[in-house]
Amino acid sequence: MTQPETLQTLGRAADTPEPLVSVRRLRKRFALHPERLLPWRFDRRQRGWRRERIHAVNGVDLDIQRGDALCVVGESGCGKSTLARLIMGLVTPSDGEVHYDGWRIDHLNARQWQPFRRRMQMIFQNPYASLNPRLTVRQALEEPVRIHHPDWSRDRVEAKVEALMDDVGIDNGWGDRFAHEFSGGQRQRIAIARALSVDPEFVVADEPVSALDVSVQAQVLNLMMDAQASHRLTYLFITHDLAVVEHFATRVAVMYLGTICELADADTLFARPRHPYTRALLAASPRLDDAFPGQLRLSGELSMPLQAPSGCVFRDRCPHANRRCREAAPTPITLDRGHQVACHAVEEGRI
Amino acid sequence: MKQNRLGTETRWRRFGDSYFVYRLRRDRLAQLCLALFVLMMASILAAPWIAPSNPYDLAQIDLLDSELPPFWLAGSEPGFPLGTDAQGRDLLSTILYGARVSIAIGLGAVMLQAILGTALGLLAGYRGGVIDTLLMRLADIQLSFSTLMMAIIIGAVVKTAFGGAFYGDYGVVILILVIGLSEWPQYARTVRAKVLVEKHKDYVDAARVLGYSGRRIMLRHILPNTLTPILVISTVQIANAIMAEAALSFLGLGMPETQPSLGSLIKSGFDYLQSGSWWITLLPGLFLVVFVLVVNLLGDWLRDTLNPRLPEGPL
Amino acid sequence: MRANPMALLEVEHLDVRFPLRRGEIRAVRDLSFSLQRGERLGIVGESGAGKSVLAFSLLKLLSRPGRIVAGTVRFEGRELTSLSERQFRRLRGNRLAMIFQDPLTTLNPVLTIGQQMIESLKAHRRLSTRRARIVAIDKLRQVQVSSPERRLEQYPHQLSGGLCQRVVIAIALLLEPDIIIADEPTTALDVTIQAEIITLLKRLCDEHDVGLIVISHDLGVIGQLTQRTLVMYAGRIVEQGPTREIINDAQHPYTQGLINALPQMTLPRQRLHQIPGSMPTLSEVPSGCAFHPRCAYRITPEGLPRRDCIENVPEPVRSGECQVACHWVAELIARGPAEERAT
Repeated sequence: MTQPETLQTLGRAADTPEPLVSVRRLRKRFALHPERLLPWRFDRRQRGWRRERIHAVNGVDLDIQRGDALCVVGESGCGKSTLARLIMGLVTPSDGEVHYDGWRIDHLNARQWQPFRRRMQMIFQNPYASLNPRLTVRQALEEPVRIHHPDWSRDRVEAKVEALMDDVGIDNGWGDRFAHEFSGGQRQRIAIARALSVDPEFVVADEPVSALDVSVQAQVLNLMMDAQASHRLTYLFITHDLAVVEHFATRVAVMYLGTICELADADTLFARPRHPYTRALLAASPRLDDAFPGQLRLSGELSMPLQAPSGCVFRDRCPHANRRCREAAPTPITLDRGHQVACHAVEEGRI
Repeated sequence: MKQNRLGTETRWRRFGDSYFVYRLRRDRLAQLCLALFVLMMASILAAPWIAPSNPYDLAQIDLLDSELPPFWLAGSEPGFPLGTDAQGRDLLSTILYGARVSIAIGLGAVMLQAILGTALGLLAGYRGGVIDTLLMRLADIQLSFSTLMMAIIIGAVVKTAFGGAFYGDYGVVILILVIGLSEWPQYARTVRAKVLVEKHKDYVDAARVLGYSGRRIMLRHILPNTLTPILVISTVQIANAIMAEAALSFLGLGMPETQPSLGSLIKSGFDYLQSGSWWITLLPGLFLVVFVLVVNLLGDWLRDTLNPRLPEGPL
Repeated sequence: MRANPMALLEVEHLDVRFPLRRGEIRAVRDLSFSLQRGERLGIVGESGAGKSVLAFSLLKLLSRPGRIVAGTVRFEGRELTSLSERQFRRLRGNRLAMIFQDPLTTLNPVLTIGQQMIESLKAHRRLSTRRARIVAIDKLRQVQVSSPERRLEQYPHQLSGGLCQRVVIAIALLLEPDIIIADEPTTALDVTIQAEIITLLKRLCDEHDVGLIVISHDLGVIGQLTQRTLVMYAGRIVEQGPTREIINDAQHPYTQGLINALPQMTLPRQRLHQIPGSMPTLSEVPSGCAFHPRCAYRITPEGLPRRDCIENVPEPVRSGECQVACHWVAELIARGPAEERAT
């Protein structure tokens, strides 16, 4: 076994107030049935026509500091992937703002996006779909380099591609193979190499290891941490796996139904979770060292947020919910050291 | 140099190992169709060298030889293995030369359809919105007419506008345009459907994130992934185009009799069907049917081979 | 081998192959295990280990061209591999039930929950529709589905994923089977729901004395749900024993690697232990011990290659309460307890 080397937490500029990415009151609504001619439906209970829309992201505020690995964790349908796509400009927000290094980047057109494409990159969940099946590895890696450096000579591009393949541990001799000739883990390495090809400073990773086996997952996570150290990256890491979060994150945002319930440094969040949902999530995640699944159980399931919810989004499953929770949405309160919780019960000191 | 040779070798071996060759080895019908197809194409292409005479050369035609029966009937002559038509042209030669014209029109028309339909389908699928709605409604409107009707209308307009002589001189080009313009919606719809599937795959999002232009994503990333269905419908469309050409010629909107295609040949013999010279119509007809059938069967086989998930036989 | 007359299910030297155009896939090789009544057994392995094929072959649900080439599967002493399709159909669902990974694709989308449950009951039991309905409601109650009468009238798409999986479990329980085989039963579910389903499955097996075989890639799920575990690699069992033993004190290098690769086994922000390389495809399994190209112990402490690993398939040896198929472990045991665990 190799000696585990320590990765020092990268020089996090906690004292510099300027975040790399900052998201303000971000909202995204999707039409529930986009194929229907009429977007409205008659609501019998309220006796009126109502637009059927899913509130995927519902007023998210988030700052990502340079050098951070911010993990967004939540169950399926909580809007974490939509958040990632909103930040990357793959989806246009319904409301709210996204700032990157001081520039406002929501509502940019393709041409205006261009300078940011070199600085922000993305890794996708399914390595089987994120590589074009008709391109060889070398073609897939050369293309972004050529486009963003039209002045580079052929040799320089080739050298860059070889360096990238070395970086992610893909044999140079495999450059002429197609994506389908690789295993899932190797494909994800190629996808990482492609993201790194433009030398970005910020990488959004949408469930990058969820489709991979445990032993391969370890390889890819190591690779991503190495890349963070060598390329001085800032990560936004979307996942549902708390074990991965605990390992990878410097900072964690817990999402539920399109809103962030709790935001804290990773060690704080795992040591002293405050929000009832975070606690339930931590209790439910299977651990090797105990034979009994979570004691703190939740009733019910995540429902689709069809209406902009009144009150706290978690109220239906929360054991501490009272009248105030049903009527007013909690605003995030800051505890110590940037630990933010959006919960009435915590605010009132009930839990 | 050495590496290059090695590369082609492995490419050949890869081809030999491919599913394509494997399927072909196991499918007798496909083998038969392929053999027939190759035989017919070869004899059509080699017509100037293997045909007994040149039907376009008036000097070789003798009206006295008209309506001679094929070799297995009494009264046949050795110089004309499949008999002659009403003008005394050798029928075998005329069929081979006529098939050249038919296939040239078919290929040309399909190329036009494919280019037009693929471009419009790609645009509609990728851009979506108003462009998509407009193009697809146009396709719907055009599809609601029968293609043959479209072709007849366009053909009749051209014929009256420019006169029969012009039509005779530029018959091939006009037929390619007529058939090509009337069938593009087939391609446009298929390509659009495939583009809509591919557009939502992560590799397209990855390309957007990498800052590629819309045109680049369409042409370099999405288009190559739509080639399989394009290839498959092309085989069907070639057969369709050849049939359409034959139908138009039969209706008198096709090739002139001096430069006959299979369709006009069938038409020219039609008048003699009752008088006993059935071979003038039936032999070119048989050739046409076999050719179209072979192309269709090969197309079906190709579709099954390229999309192994499709259930075999009719859906 | 271990002739155990009490075993509910006994699999011996099972060998499953899929012939290909060239060569064949050997998905399960010479695999033996047994399951007692009321026991919860886990089969853990990464994708491509052959664990799903194993489950399908136990139920004779192998898709063509896969077939059982050798070996026996005995259920209550009765040989299953030689049964005809018709005889087997009577067993399947009735005595042997299966729960699949994705509850939404398991249920028929055009039939209501009630129709599916009642139909399945009436196919195996002579029951009136009214009686069947009562049984169905009872089973739904057992899996803690709220207002079961109303659920019977609903279609699968009207239920959430967790609820669907409960319905699937209720259907599996309908005919009071002796064995339930669950293929990744919680993989498609969220963690909070997963915890509920695990608790439910545990309780049901204890209450009904049902043997449960859980197939999963997730050691956490296996650890919480099962009493005994088989670890599969490239179609073979590399290690089997009590789940606690395997998780806390794995002997086989692959199992060790698998557990050490989990993020919770390292401190945050440290490099994870990784197994080099990737799983071999089942059509090209390495010679000898299939794990040897990725194994650190294929080289002796003296720096020489261990020839056994490359040439011979390791036989399972007893080590404590576990059985381990590894030449290195066999050597350690042969050398005696003093030197054991020196590494």
